[in-house]
Amino acid sequence: MDKADKIFNFKNIILILMVVALAIVPLIMVKDAEFEGADAIAEEAIGEINADYEPWFSPIFEPPSGEVESLLFVLQAVIGAGIIGFGFGYMKAKGEGSKESHAGLR
Amino acid sequence: MDRKNRVLLFFSIAGMLLMPQWVQGMHIMEGFLSPAWCLFWGALSLPFVVMGYRSIQRIIKEHPRAKLLLAMAGAFVFVLSALKLPSITGSSSHPTGVGLGAIIFGPLPMSVLGLIVLLFQALLMAHGGLTTLGANTFSMAIVGPFVAYGSYRLVKRLQGPQWLAVFTAAFLGNLLTYVVTSIQLAVAFPSEVGGVMASLTRFMGIFAVTQVPLAISEGILTVLIFNAIAVYREKELTDLNVLAKEAM
Repeated sequence: MDKADKIFNFKNIILILMVVALAIVPLIMVKDAEFEGADAIAEEAIGEINADYEPWFSPIFEPPSGEVESLLFVLQAVIGAGIIGFGFGYMKAKGEGSKESHAGLR
Repeated sequence: MDRKNRVLLFFSIAGMLLMPQWVQGMHIMEGFLSPAWCLFWGALSLPFVVMGYRSIQRIIKEHPRAKLLLAMAGAFVFVLSALKLPSITGSSSHPTGVGLGAIIFGPLPMSVLGLIVLLFQALLMAHGGLTTLGANTFSMAIVGPFVAYGSYRLVKRLQGPQWLAVFTAAFLGNLLTYVVTSIQLAVAFPSEVGGVMASLTRFMGIFAVTQVPLAISEGILTVLIFNAIAVYREKELTDLNVLAKEAM
């Protein structure tokens, strides 16, 4: 079996679709939800448990807007995905895996 | 658990079901742990980070070729912890991605890789924080990887299939990270009624429940990338696995 077939095969496509479904199902199932990713609710809970608590330190830099914040998150994902893509490209171009034993890891 | 706590537990579960707009927190926010707790978690994390740094040096020395996989394991943490996914509780959170590296290299190197990602997010995105860095490192970069590695070894020992071992490791590593976050907040903010347990129930509702579907996603994604790496570097994965076992 070709190595690419071991990665881009039916089983893996199903697995990827499962991850996509796990992200989409809540969007359909839970109506009227805001899907906020903020840490605000924990802050709120802390406020209720201990009303006197004041954060004693503020972030030294805060993204000026939600757009800038999402830009930075995308940047983070892009850096990661880029390195992973480079890694697989490197291993494939070097023809790795062809001579190695496939007996291990059992 | 006494009766009061049971009642609280019931109400927080009912609350979770009735109030899907509950927002999901991720790492502990800047300034939200008292200096004493910041120092405590920082001091607890530091030795792991030092050991992690040494173990990375050792891996690179004994397996120079593994540098690529190390970079990829770190990159996987970068990608997954940037993915804020919606969850069944009506709020969003993100996976951690530390399971993959813990499976390949053992838990120690992940303390350093996780710390790098946490630092990146604390400095640039005001996500997590510098004062809470120790606590967040402890949950995501130490407990998560140790749980992942331990459950991986356990499933392997029980002769479970490779995919199941990888899935379980990533799933539990993710979930336990947020259980620890809940515990950290609960001990720092015990409720006036019900104490630490009541707070724990509350924070678990916020942090851990949302995480369950995301932990499943992380498990699947980790299986996918692990299998893809194994296509090219199966032998190296075996060698590194032996090295990780020796280091423990």
